[in-house]
Amino acid sequence: MFPTGQPWNKSAGAVSRVGPANARFAVNRPDTHPAIRFSGRALACVRGDRAVFSGLDFALDAGEVLTLTGPNGSGKSSLLRTMAGLLPPVSGAIEWEGANIAEDREAHAARLHYVGHLDAVKLALTVAENLRFWSAVRPDGGDIQPALEQFGISALADLPARFLSAGQRRRLALARIAVSKAPLWLLDEPTVALDSEGIAAVHAAIRNHCAEGGSCVVSTNAPLDLPDAKGLDLVRHGMGAGGRA
Amino acid sequence: MTAFAAALGRELRLAIREPGEAAAAVMFFVLATMLFPFGVGPEANLLARIAAGVLWVAALLAAMLSLERLFLGDYEDGSFEILALAPLPLSLIVGAKMLAHWLTTCIPLIVATPLMAVLLDLDTGGYFALVAAMALGTPTISLVGGVGAALTLGARRGGMLLSVLVLPLLIPVLIFGAGAVDAALAGHAVRQQLMVLAAMFLAASALCPWAAAAAVRQALE
Repeated sequence: MFPTGQPWNKSAGAVSRVGPANARFAVNRPDTHPAIRFSGRALACVRGDRAVFSGLDFALDAGEVLTLTGPNGSGKSSLLRTMAGLLPPVSGAIEWEGANIAEDREAHAARLHYVGHLDAVKLALTVAENLRFWSAVRPDGGDIQPALEQFGISALADLPARFLSAGQRRRLALARIAVSKAPLWLLDEPTVALDSEGIAAVHAAIRNHCAEGGSCVVSTNAPLDLPDAKGLDLVRHGMGAGGRA
Repeated sequence: MTAFAAALGRELRLAIREPGEAAAAVMFFVLATMLFPFGVGPEANLLARIAAGVLWVAALLAAMLSLERLFLGDYEDGSFEILALAPLPLSLIVGAKMLAHWLTTCIPLIVATPLMAVLLDLDTGGYFALVAAMALGTPTISLVGGVGAALTLGARRGGMLLSVLVLPLLIPVLIFGAGAVDAALAGHAVRQQLMVLAAMFLAASALCPWAAAAAVRQALE
């Protein structure tokens, strides 16, 4: 469990507009209406003078998975980067338990794991050295062996990452999120390049994470084996499909 | 502090596994210095007179060559995204990379400097001042150059831009570095020049890691 002080809340509203009408959910009132743990309001994103999405809302509670779907270029990666705090939203705000994430960037960083399109693997280092570094930069970074085993790469621990296949490199990137605890996972197409066994490991990791009270946002083009996941289709917010300007 | 040590250890390990980067800078330094006797003629007096300036300029350009790659690897393979999202100041990581650059590139340059000074027939009285000025001046090159490297992340032909951006800022280091040797050769005390170099190093170490971290964050957007 994560020390969030928030009870599980699986009954909170489906992903939709948490507009001003629902603003009471943004206030931390644990007795009556537990705050939505992670939410965004009226988010807009502009990349290279092109509006990618606008008027986008999301809400996510402890133990929940949110899957982002939409065609290429609909802003799935941009939304994940915005959620991570790498990309400030052009308008709107993202809140964690009622507090804007832009106010304390380090605190937000401490509560999330982000896996982007790039694997962040140093080819000259061995698998174990790569992972040990990512463990060392987190204050609660633990032993790397369980993470290696979880993603089936413990036999490759002493191999320089240069010799890994694309899928093995992806497994190494994903093993990073298992070496330390964080209540929020932001995964950008985590199953790309993975074989069926690797995909199963990702699904198991996400389910396990949510069972422990974690939250997870996954962008994907492939169907995920996560029946309880809430969905957010970015095409509805895109500029090309009648989204608000 | 463990994160700083881990970042520094990672950089040093990478430098050892792929020694080409640091070796290229030293090779450039040695070759560029060696060309001067051919270019200006083997007249010992003339070479001895220009030795300090030649060595400093060659060291500066050699450092520029290696600074271009300082942050590029971590930027291109996505490591900086993860580091920017680690719960620690990005300036700490950036500072570790600058320190690693000094250890792996500038220290070999400092070691090679007296050898190249022999080639240029520098008077023995100038050796201490030359090496001391190099030791105090090169950290400033790593720090200020690191800011330039961070600012040019994501730019095409970033290396060219880096030199245009950073070399003017490093002119004071060049003046006082070469000035220290001239003072020593003229029989004056070199303390003043060395203290100015030390002051520039301290100012740069206070400002540059933060400036470079902000530039890296900007590049990640």
